[in-house]
Amino acid sequence: MPSGFVIRKNQYYDSVFLMSVNRRILEVKGVQQTAVLMGSPTNKQLLLDIGIQAAQIDAAGPNDLIVAAVADSQSVVADVLGRLDEWLNAVEEKETTGQQLRTLEEGLTIQPQANLAVISVPGEYAAREARKALEAGLNVFLFSDNVPIEAELELKQLAAERGLLVMGPDCGTSLIGGVGIGFANVVRRGPIGVIGAAGTGLQEFTCQVHNAGLGISHAIGTGSHDLSNQIGGLTTFAALEALERDRNTKVIAIVSKPPSPEILDRLLERIARCSKPVIGCFLGVDPRSMQDRKNFQFAATIDAAVALAIAACGGQSVQADPALTPEEIERIARESASRSPEQKYLRGILAGGTFCYQSQQILRAAGLRIYSNSPFDPSDKLEHPDRSREHTIVDMGDDFYMVGRPHPMIDGTMRRRRILAEGQDPEVAVLYVDIILGYNASRDPAGELVDAIREARQAASQRGGHLTVVASICGTLADLQDLAMQEKILREAGALVFHSNARATAACAALLGKGVLS
Amino acid sequence: MNDTKIDTLLAGPIVAINIGLEQFAISLAEQSVDVVQVDWVPPAGGDPEMLDLLDQLL
Repeated sequence: MPSGFVIRKNQYYDSVFLMSVNRRILEVKGVQQTAVLMGSPTNKQLLLDIGIQAAQIDAAGPNDLIVAAVADSQSVVADVLGRLDEWLNAVEEKETTGQQLRTLEEGLTIQPQANLAVISVPGEYAAREARKALEAGLNVFLFSDNVPIEAELELKQLAAERGLLVMGPDCGTSLIGGVGIGFANVVRRGPIGVIGAAGTGLQEFTCQVHNAGLGISHAIGTGSHDLSNQIGGLTTFAALEALERDRNTKVIAIVSKPPSPEILDRLLERIARCSKPVIGCFLGVDPRSMQDRKNFQFAATIDAAVALAIAACGGQSVQADPALTPEEIERIARESASRSPEQKYLRGILAGGTFCYQSQQILRAAGLRIYSNSPFDPSDKLEHPDRSREHTIVDMGDDFYMVGRPHPMIDGTMRRRRILAEGQDPEVAVLYVDIILGYNASRDPAGELVDAIREARQAASQRGGHLTVVASICGTLADLQDLAMQEKILREAGALVFHSNARATAACAALLGKGVLS
Repeated sequence: MNDTKIDTLLAGPIVAINIGLEQFAISLAEQSVDVVQVDWVPPAGGDPEMLDLLDQLL
């Protein structure tokens, strides 16, 4: 396919600005793929991965802007790249008022009493900024990813020496004393503290606690590698000890993808000595490996962890298992009866990495083989993330989709395209999407997807079939996006809507004729 | 035991320096957090060798 690129020397823009430019270019008819990014080593590798390489790109530096486009014709490529100034000016940031600060040190002169640095600079520079912050006595929320594991260990050891917390790298979510940092929801304060190596997992947990009427003391993100052998759970242990000391926390929960067995064992030993009850949801871990541990309750799903945490606080019980209501079962039977015989498969087009993981766990337990770009079992990996196979659940926040593009929680463009593509497949019976609300997420995530959902359903109807759409919403009524309106948009488009990824997944299994064990 | 800086953070209020994406500072300010925005650019022109040298000097 025709492609081209332009390089502008010494024009630095941050990633949000670049993503806005990217989004505008992507809307041009005939454009298939674009990359608008700075010439850092990581970004140059990403360009290589999508097949764009040249000596000029190799020579570009981190302060040089690179804009690349892949389109249906060379004339579209030439047109798009020829109008670069137009794109840049259209997005040009509003003029900042007042003093513009460029470094942490300058920030500290204005804010000497700071106790937290929130860092979202490109990965190759992130450790340097985090180290400076720790040396200045600040706790760190490190959103940046692509930080080398050796650098992460060094930062976390430095933090441990100084009694500081490093949340991250690759930390999407924390809630400290009711304040959401990164992708977080508006959640009331309460007695449950939670530690999470899984961003959307923390959002799901905190929203469900809020929606059940209770609240969160703190939700502490650790970054996705914290419970690996290399890092040894340094942030998780520090967070556990801090929540144990915290007077507002009565119960502690931990939500994570599979930890290393050695670190899990050490963690369970520490939990046995914790003065507060601890609930653990370690997705993908065999519960038998955690049996009979003192002061520890195992939860197979996030929903079960929420139910156990609420019960441990003496709250009234909430639904722990993904059992469907009689009305939902009846609706599922009706939906299933309308299908054509060739419609057999599920396609989950998800924004949340933890949701992709938890859905696979539930569907596998129900006896279904699920392919994914981020699979449970390496043998179930899709050959190409864009090409679904049989039952597929795609993590659209995977690195493959993130080349100079906003995360699907911020912008629905890539998911919209994928939904339309799945709608063209006559074998698709069920389409599942997750909608994630909260700070820094899209202001209208359901609205961004709804036309594509309608179009996909219409395409199935025109073929004489029926496409069932299942949606889960992660959010609270207090979130800016208006949860009730988001739900209404989805229902009006014919979707079955759930307030839990686990329950939505159970509905998907039922639509495929499989029951889910609680 | 004396409070660690983690305990102080959890006790609040958060006083933050946001280095990078401005939207994160905006969402903190919306929650009444005292936050200053640092409009970060790659130091030393992004040259890793120069950066190492700079770090050694400081």
